[in-house]
Amino acid sequence: MRNTFITHLTKSAKTNEKIVLIVGDLGYSVIEEFEKQFPTRFYNAGISEQNMASMAAGLASDGFHVFIYSIANFPTFRCAEQLRNDVGYHNLPVTVVTVGGGLSYGNLGYSHHAIQDLGLMRLFPEFTIASPGDSIETSMCLDYLLGSPGPSYLRLKKAGELNYYQGYRKIIPGIWNEIVPTTNNKILLTTSGGLHIAHQLQKNNPEYIGYGIFTCPVWGANFKALQQEQVNKFNEIVTIEDHLLDCGFGSWLRESIVLPDSHIKIINKALSLDVIGKVGTEDYLLKVGGFEI
Amino acid sequence: MKFNSSYELAKEIRKKSLQMVVSSKASHIGSALSIADILSVLYFDILNINKSILNDPGRDILILSKGHACVSVYAVLGLLDFFPITELDSYGKNDSNFMNHISHKVPGVEFSTGSLGHGLPFATGKALASKITNKKNKIFVILGDGELDEGSNWEALLFASHHKLDNLIAIVDYNNLQSLATVKDTINLEPLKNKFESFGSHVFNVNGHDHTALNKVFKKATDLLGKPLVIIANTIKGKGVSYMENKVKWHYSTPNEAELEIAINEINNA
Repeated sequence: MRNTFITHLTKSAKTNEKIVLIVGDLGYSVIEEFEKQFPTRFYNAGISEQNMASMAAGLASDGFHVFIYSIANFPTFRCAEQLRNDVGYHNLPVTVVTVGGGLSYGNLGYSHHAIQDLGLMRLFPEFTIASPGDSIETSMCLDYLLGSPGPSYLRLKKAGELNYYQGYRKIIPGIWNEIVPTTNNKILLTTSGGLHIAHQLQKNNPEYIGYGIFTCPVWGANFKALQQEQVNKFNEIVTIEDHLLDCGFGSWLRESIVLPDSHIKIINKALSLDVIGKVGTEDYLLKVGGFEI
Repeated sequence: MKFNSSYELAKEIRKKSLQMVVSSKASHIGSALSIADILSVLYFDILNINKSILNDPGRDILILSKGHACVSVYAVLGLLDFFPITELDSYGKNDSNFMNHISHKVPGVEFSTGSLGHGLPFATGKALASKITNKKNKIFVILGDGELDEGSNWEALLFASHHKLDNLIAIVDYNNLQSLATVKDTINLEPLKNKFESFGSHVFNVNGHDHTALNKVFKKATDLLGKPLVIIANTIKGKGVSYMENKVKWHYSTPNEAELEIAINEINNA
């Protein structure tokens, strides 16, 4: 995913002279080509996320679309107020790009586990969340963010993820994409690493046979109104995410809809608190967190 | 310009600031009076801003990082007709754009602040943007002294000096009083000049109420190359109103009508 992101951004920067990339002293073997091609639009802010975020706002207020890049909790939690006040409140085109979404950096410990980031970022009403589940969806999300510059959060996993999309589609924010059709009017609705988890769940658990798999790659506070109509089409929706239940994607969906006396069943599957403080491979930690994959 | 001198403008900034604070029972008048002379000199003599083309990309930029001192910025903008001066009457009232921390919804205000430590990093981004696009404008940012406790300022200074952002001018309102006590008794900043120099900036000390000295140091900013400039403006919190000067109380308290009258008379007779 991160290679798709940087290749795509580098290509876009050839024609879009507004693109600036700032990294927080991370991106070894990822960002070099961008730096080589656009030396005046690439900066390493050093290890200083607060300055990086406010500075990005300053650049964006002069017309640039600024991408700030780091590992998941650093350019989000460390500079949350800078994102809230300087980027969000001023409605500036800054895209926070993180690698290591969910438990991608499983062995690196709790500091590197991004399992509360969606909760933080979706609190900021101006921010659009883009949380792709594979490389193709990463390209789709990036194209959407470049076409609609504004405060945004692009949550990437790491590298080497399987592709589940068959081909590129145009993003409509807040709208779900069908990856596997449903035969029983029940679906697994995913975002970010949830796409991979859903496929693994379906492979390993007979109870999910017949369920469709859908993704919601672009969402956030501004796209809640689009959810009720989509929810109403199904009998059962199981949300799946590599994030804690609290304030995550499934919670967002629940906040977006009303289900009085409804036949529609909504189940939220997210990481349990058992993953906190544990290390291991991503698959191991997903099991610790409650996913039967 | 409808004012004959920056001193005359500064007097009007002080009076308007006091009236606004009294009218909405607001705090922070001491902080606002502290920077009235700095603002007056900047707007009277230094800043290249055309109030009829506020989005002119070549304009100079002023950021107020100590957003709680906003009344003096609102006052100077109103006095210089960035908007009808009667709009200041809405300051701090329901639904007003004139919030009690500086608001970018007010014409002429570039950036909202209120939480400290945001202005210098934002200004650094503006300065970098000007360098990338070969603009010749200057980016000024007014910082509080207590605000320098925030680490983000020092992060920004490291970046600004590494990238030789000589279009960035930080003005420290060194009135030596912060929220509860003196700066020295809270978190001592001294030796402040050495700190800024060691972070890679040109640094000047100036009397922040001496318009001639301020003018000279601001004009010097155009000749200094290769480094950001930090101007340590030695000021007096509450300057211009004797009973407010150097008193922590006026970080919070609102003058009553009688106190307002005394203050206005003092300023008129100064």
